[in-house]
Parts: sequence; C-alpha cells; structure tokens
Amino acid sequence: MIEHVVSISLENVVGETAKMKVEGYRFVTLSCVEIDETTVDILYHFDKDFQLKHLRLTAPKDSPVPSISPVYFAAFLVENEIQDLFGIRFQGLAIDYDRTLYLEEEVKKTPFCKYVVIKTKPPL
Amino acid sequence: MSKTIIPFGPQHPVLPEPVHLKLTLEDEVITEAIPAFGFVHRGLEKLAEIRDFHQMIYVVERICGICSMIHAMCYCQGIEELMGIEVPPRARFLRVIWSELHRIHSHLLWLGLFADSFGFESLFMQCWKIREKILDIDEATTGNRIIISVCVIGGMRKDISPEHVNWILSELKDVEREIKRLETTIMTDYTVMKRTVGKGVLTGKQAYELGLVGPTLRASGIAQDMRMLGYAAFNEINFEPVVETDGDCYARCKVRFRETLQSIDLIRQAIAKLPEGELAVKAKGRPEGEVISRVEQPRGEVFYYIKANGKKNLERLRVRTPTFANVPALLAMLPGMWLSDVPVIVLSIDPCISCTER
Repeated sequence: MIEHVVSISLENVVGETAKMKVEGYRFVTLSCVEIDETTVDILYHFDKDFQLKHLRLTAPKDSPVPSISPVYFAAFLVENEIQDLFGIRFQGLAIDYDRTLYLEEEVKKTPFCKYVVIKTKPPL
Repeated sequence: MSKTIIPFGPQHPVLPEPVHLKLTLEDEVITEAIPAFGFVHRGLEKLAEIRDFHQMIYVVERICGICSMIHAMCYCQGIEELMGIEVPPRARFLRVIWSELHRIHSHLLWLGLFADSFGFESLFMQCWKIREKILDIDEATTGNRIIISVCVIGGMRKDISPEHVNWILSELKDVEREIKRLETTIMTDYTVMKRTVGKGVLTGKQAYELGLVGPTLRASGIAQDMRMLGYAAFNEINFEPVVETDGDCYARCKVRFRETLQSIDLIRQAIAKLPEGELAVKAKGRPEGEVISRVEQPRGEVFYYIKANGKKNLERLRVRTPTFANVPALLAMLPGMWLSDVPVIVLSIDPCISCTER
C-alpha cells in the first residue's frame, strides 16, 4: 500500500515540488490515472534514502497543469508522455513535444483515456 | 559560427534499437541534443484493461527481453503485496539467482556493444562469446534463453535441480575466469581509455538532480541500488553496491564490469543458502488497492505503480523503466562534446528503447 501521500492542488504543484527539491528528494516519476470523465489523478513520486514520498494531484482534464520541469528538469519526459497518452496539457514545459513524443502530429486521440478527447493547447 | 543540425538515428550502426537525437553543432562540437521517441511505442500498459492480472505477467516480460525476468519479478512482487501473499523462501532465492543471471548477460551484452561503439570488434565478440554460457544456463534450467518466464504470482514455476546446481557453479567458474581475462583489456587498453576517460562527465550532484538510476548514477559516486531494499532474498545475502566516482564513460564501464563479477558472487551465495521447500503458494482472490514495487534491473531502478480495484483487470499499471530515467543524462552530457563521442556517450547509459517505449 502507498504511504506518505500528500494531496496538493493545481495552485501549489510547483511550490510543493520545489519544497521536495530543497529537502533533497530525487525525482522518480509521475503516474497518471484516469478517475472519471472529467478528472485524473497525477501522482508525483520522489525518493530519498530509499523512502518514497508522493504528491497526489486530482486535476480536471480540461485545465492545464503547471509543469514541474523548471524545478526537476527530468520531469519533462514523463510530462510529455502524459500529454500524449492522456491529453492532459502541461504549462511551462522545458521541452514541449506538443503531443508528438510517441504520437504522430495528426493523431488527436488520447489512447489511455477511456472517456474523453482533449484537444486544446493551453495559452502561454 | 553557424550552426549545423545533424540527425543521429533512428537507424545508426551503433544503435541496436531506434532512437533519434537532434544534434545542434558548432563546428564539430555539440551545443544541444534533443531526443525523439515513438518509433517502437507499443502502449503495453494499456493491455492491463483487457488482460487479467495473471496474464499481465506475460505482457510485462515482453516490455524488454534482456531483463524480462526482472520485470516479471517486480510486477509479481507488487501484486503479492496487494494480495498479502508471502512467497516461499526457496522461490525468493531462485528469484535472486535468475535475476542475477539476467544482470550478467545484460552487462556482457552491453560491454560488447560498448566496445563495438568505438570499433573494438574483437572485444565485442569475446564479451558475447562469454554471454552464451549464461544463456545456456537459462536454457537448461528454464527451457528458454532470454524470456525465461519463471515468475508467477506467489512464487516460481520452475526449480533448479541439484545436478543443475553443480553444473551452474562449474559454468560460472568458467565465466568468471573468462571475464577476468578481459579485465586488463577493458580497464587499461589504450583504445578503451582514449575513447572513454573524461567523456560525458556527470558529477554526483548533477546525476542525483537529474533523477538518474543504476550504473549511470553509481558511476557518479552515489551508492544507490534497489537491491539494498532487500527484496526477494537480497536481505539474506551479503551485498554492497558497486560505486565509482569519476562520472565519465570509463567509470560507467567499470561499474558494469565489476557488477558482472559481483553477480557471480551473489549467485554463489544464493545457491549456498538455497533452502528446500515449496516453489509457490496459491494466489487466491483478486488484488485491491494501490502499490509501488521497485527492483534493480541491469540498467537501474524499475518502478511499477499498480492500482487494482478487486476485479480481474487492473485499473492502472504504470511502468517507469530505468532508461526512461536516464535519458535526461544525455541532454546534460552531450553539450560540449565532439560529434565523434556521441556513440560512446549514448551507449554509456546502456539505452534500452523497448523499455523506454513500452
């Protein structure tokens, strides 16, 4: 079972992540889980001395999530993966593939979502 | 100076699998490297929706051939934790033996490919020749050379007989002798040193902040190895992570070379302590809840997030493979290096694209 989970909101994603970095945590990855038609869970996983800590963000599918790649550069790859597979947009990505990391440009589907297709790109 | 953009891959003589790097150069010096994927993406995680949690073992084994058994072990560990299953001691030790055999043949495969990346063909062939003995052990004990398919939820499906144990020990003695014969060449040869020392240097701080894993992290002086968590039977055998401090391609090569010999020692320890008893317990019921399972693959930490809701299909299976974590290292290592160093630096993280693209 997962322990050490802290719930966060869209407003404090970057702040909480920056706090993890200051505390010396290594970035492990993100896991995205579709909850229902309108929301997803994004889990941010961090590790320090073999102890995992997680931030859980329950976010609406249609609003962009602030990217943590300015804090943890390594996150750009998994955030691009989530953009491709779930259609969730990340704002402020260090490198934005614009949903072409795995998919072709013309693909509009979100293969890992059962319910809905997200097309819009967030404003800069 | 004007900039030139050179595409490296997806088809390139040193790349066993397709990955593309968009290299920006000034003269012959790299100023920026942007990776591109998607040439072999399969979306295997999605199969969890149509394959039940037992069948998913076959799927995760096919994420990557070279570390297939370790993928299966990590997945089974996660499901076992969700279902509250305690794996029998003999199965836990067998998991150590087969996973370390996988590590040896993966590292030997890499050592060969790495030598090939700077044109050392005879070293490449020697490494792959030794690797054959490990594949023979896999074949004799499981029936398959690469995807050995021995893990099940609750234990193992295959056993190692006492006759096989003696034969494995004698084969490992030969493998150890032959690997040690390569030591002088790998560690001191002019060609190897010239092409690897001081190339693609990462400090410990850089490596940690980039979230790197496995030998790529340990070669920068960070002693982090998931086997220290004590999964399977690693808590019952002596294990110390192999660490180097220089952080260059040569250090990464040394870590993997030393780990090959260390794995032989770990197998011997596991065989010496191999308890008698049953191979597996029956997995009753269905998994429910969220769990994270982590083990050490040859390329580093593999991370499984499993969410189950008591049905036969998992709600979500997420796999973060070690190469996926190590790709950002390339973006830090390549700028400032010569174009001719790219194959060596790319190969130094032991890229597994089938893992990365799942």
